[in-house]
Amino acid sequence: MSRIDLDLAHTYKPNPKSDEDWALLPLRMVFEDGGAYALLGPSGCGKTTMLNIVSGLITPSHGTVRFDDADVTHATPQQRNIAQVFQFPVIYDTMTVSENLAFPLLNRGVAPERIRARVGVIAEMLELSGQLNQRAAGLSADQKQKISLGRGLVREDVSAVLFDEPLTVIDPHLKWQLRRKLKQIHHELKLTLIYVTHDQVEALTFADQVVVMTRGKAVQVGSASQLFERPEHMFVGHFIGSPGMNFLPAALTPGRAPAGAATLGVRPEHVVLATQGAPGALQGTVVQAQDIGTYWLVHAKVGEHVVRARVSGEYAVPEAGETVWLGVMGPHTCFYASNEELVAALTEEPA
Amino acid sequence: MKPVNQKAWLLVLPVFLCVAFSAILPLMTVVNYSVQDIISPERRVFVGTEWFVSVMRDSDLHAALARQLTFSLAVLVVEIPLGIALALSMPATGWKASAVLVLVALSLLIPWNVVGTIWQIYGRGDIGLLGAALQKLGFDYSYTGNATHAWVTVLVMDVWHWTPLVALLCYAGLRAIPDAYYQAARIDGASKLAVFRYIQLPKLRGVLMIAVLLRFMDSFMIYTEPFVLTGGGPGNATTFLSQYLTQKAVGQFDLGPAAAFSLIYFLIILLLCFILYNWMQRVGTADKLEGVE
Amino acid sequence: MNTSVMPTPAANAPRSASRARAGAFPTRAIFLVVYLLFAILPIYWMVMMSFKTNEEILSSFSLWPQHFTWDNYKVIFTDESWYSGYINSLIYVAINTVISISVALPAAYAFSRYSFLGDKHLFFWLLTNRMTPPAVFLLPFFQLYTTLGLMDTHIAVALAHLVFNVPLAVWILEGFMSGIPREIDETAYIDGYSFPRFFFKVFLPLIKAGVGVAAFFCFMFSWVELLLARTLTSVNAKPIVATMTRTVSASGMDWAVLAAAGTLTIVPGAIVIWFVRHYIAKGFAMGRV
Repeated sequence: MSRIDLDLAHTYKPNPKSDEDWALLPLRMVFEDGGAYALLGPSGCGKTTMLNIVSGLITPSHGTVRFDDADVTHATPQQRNIAQVFQFPVIYDTMTVSENLAFPLLNRGVAPERIRARVGVIAEMLELSGQLNQRAAGLSADQKQKISLGRGLVREDVSAVLFDEPLTVIDPHLKWQLRRKLKQIHHELKLTLIYVTHDQVEALTFADQVVVMTRGKAVQVGSASQLFERPEHMFVGHFIGSPGMNFLPAALTPGRAPAGAATLGVRPEHVVLATQGAPGALQGTVVQAQDIGTYWLVHAKVGEHVVRARVSGEYAVPEAGETVWLGVMGPHTCFYASNEELVAALTEEPA
Repeated sequence: MKPVNQKAWLLVLPVFLCVAFSAILPLMTVVNYSVQDIISPERRVFVGTEWFVSVMRDSDLHAALARQLTFSLAVLVVEIPLGIALALSMPATGWKASAVLVLVALSLLIPWNVVGTIWQIYGRGDIGLLGAALQKLGFDYSYTGNATHAWVTVLVMDVWHWTPLVALLCYAGLRAIPDAYYQAARIDGASKLAVFRYIQLPKLRGVLMIAVLLRFMDSFMIYTEPFVLTGGGPGNATTFLSQYLTQKAVGQFDLGPAAAFSLIYFLIILLLCFILYNWMQRVGTADKLEGVE
Repeated sequence: MNTSVMPTPAANAPRSASRARAGAFPTRAIFLVVYLLFAILPIYWMVMMSFKTNEEILSSFSLWPQHFTWDNYKVIFTDESWYSGYINSLIYVAINTVISISVALPAAYAFSRYSFLGDKHLFFWLLTNRMTPPAVFLLPFFQLYTTLGLMDTHIAVALAHLVFNVPLAVWILEGFMSGIPREIDETAYIDGYSFPRFFFKVFLPLIKAGVGVAAFFCFMFSWVELLLARTLTSVNAKPIVATMTRTVSASGMDWAVLAAAGTLTIVPGAIVIWFVRHYIAKGFAMGRV
């Protein structure tokens, strides 16, 4: 179990000039010992690169990686003692389940009785005890991923377990089972876990802290509620939540924040149906009202922009074509500057 | 395991038509001839299995068959491991990979009669590099005079010619192994031998099956190269089955026995390949059921 | 998040995996060099022969032509039948390769992904078509193509060669397709891909190596096939392999010209493999599905 410190940047080009040349823009990150982290972002944002740098499969072009204050930047994955679970199950086809689980220990010369005991414990934890003598290749995808995971957990001194979108090939109805199992393992073994995914539901349910990344940059690290309520970057507002934040152009008057053009961001959950003439309310025309089940999602056109609002079913739901007044100023409204970063947020109801 | 879907036949139909069109007609013709005594185009007598019996009683045929089996076995024993080893040593990326790929594949591209011709000259003591080198080293090497030398030369020529087929198949197979397996093996601390045994070899099973079957049947039908190189000699030391068939057919000018022989030839290959195929399949699944120790 | 300070460049350049094994005895490299020598020397000998005269070939032994000559190549390039032989061969080989791969791809997919009536027997039957010496097909093919009026055409040879190339292509492609987990197919359908889009955008790139090697083998086996190509053609579609067997004349075997022709026959194949090298050598790039 280790605490991991990153102070690095990574590029594949010898002379990087602009931001696009960097796979990972300069960043500093700490993964605390025993914490569960998710690296969340769309394809190509650099999350897998970061994961591979942590595991040692890639050496960063600039900077260092430290495990518990020891510089491991050039150490191999073996030397760092990490475990990695990949997008698709990586198992040794010709071996049985127990042989698969025993393999890392065998390579380290661990005594056979200890191997058997350890394999038994891990198999129990992963609910594979019944299949120990079956050939690994014949099992289902989720069981194979459990074996992949098991091979990582079987080493008692593993420093961190890294996951690279491990549920990609799992049947949707089995995904939640595996997710729950991962949380269980985290509770029991208190390992440092880092989980890469493009699925926010996975990230938000699995991790204590989520690192949101886009285009090589880590734009925010925080808990699920922090990301939801106070997105520090427009990307976070847009990516988290279903649907994401509404964005409207705004102008800031001089005050606590620098004046000028800005973007107002407000989540559909925080947009309220107001009465005509209410302060801060915007007039819009309803385009569509979707019944999601527990609530209604109202799409309204305000000028050229579409604003989405979540409306509880208790209230009268407006119909298409109706004029509505949407209250967008509230405790959760955020303002973003032209560089997409948060500059101001309302903390109380405006006067 | 695989879902049953009879509509898959539609996907297979084009292949079936292409091959059936080219194969069934000739086969029917051959079967037709094999049971007749064609004294002249107008006079044909149905003789049933007479040709088959006489062909199978031919002791020269037995000798040629024995020679052929030995040869094909030797070919497999040498070319399969050599091909695997070659594939493992060929670089995977970069300009070197392309250059080596081209160099290795060259011997496959030479028309077979030219292959025989090259080795004819190459092996001569007076004007060939190999022959001259062996003479210098003290060997009294002669592929025309010495039966063993001829045999070995034909084998080495075949190895030279066809090992790249095995190697290319295995090379492509190796490239198809995702990086993640090698990464996982590094993380698990596996030795290079373990990587070969537990990752590479199992994943090469498919291509190796194809390589073994192909090399077996092609070597069993080999004709041009040894014919050009040694003409079947000295004596009949290198007269393999195909050449024997041609000698008989051309020499005797008799379509009936030739057709019968062709069918028997085909059935022998079919039987041996079928056995080989099933054996390899069974080894593959048995591995799975028992696990590897 | 402090991103204002640029970290220092890492002490060494990023290391590739292979360098981690640097210092290990280079057995593989030595083995490769030895094999390449073994493979190239006879070819070198043939190329050398092509620059010698027949007299020199048969009379003296030298590692390098004593009297270097381009004559043999001149013979080939000025004789129209040699030149057209190349073109003819290229045409029917290309047609054959395209047809073989095109019909083999769906069939291989079917064998790999589905069970259906007679599938195992059909699969094995395909290969049995390669188990007869081509001599057996000579007479029937001759009769067949004469009846169809396709004698001496490129398409005749291309079709005839399907007999041994299609089964090979199906077997090779099936092997590679079976190596792709079926979960990829299913994930693509869940993501909303139609079958053609999935096949061409997702599946084919994953089996690149198999397609490359299958295409190369179809090219190769068709290119070197002598018997059928010679029997089914006379003038218009006469292939290079047939022209090359004409080198036995009254004065004996024309070794030098044969060597030159042999050298030239390697060239198209080398070009083909150069073009498919990326398919064969590219790894299994598991893109984000």
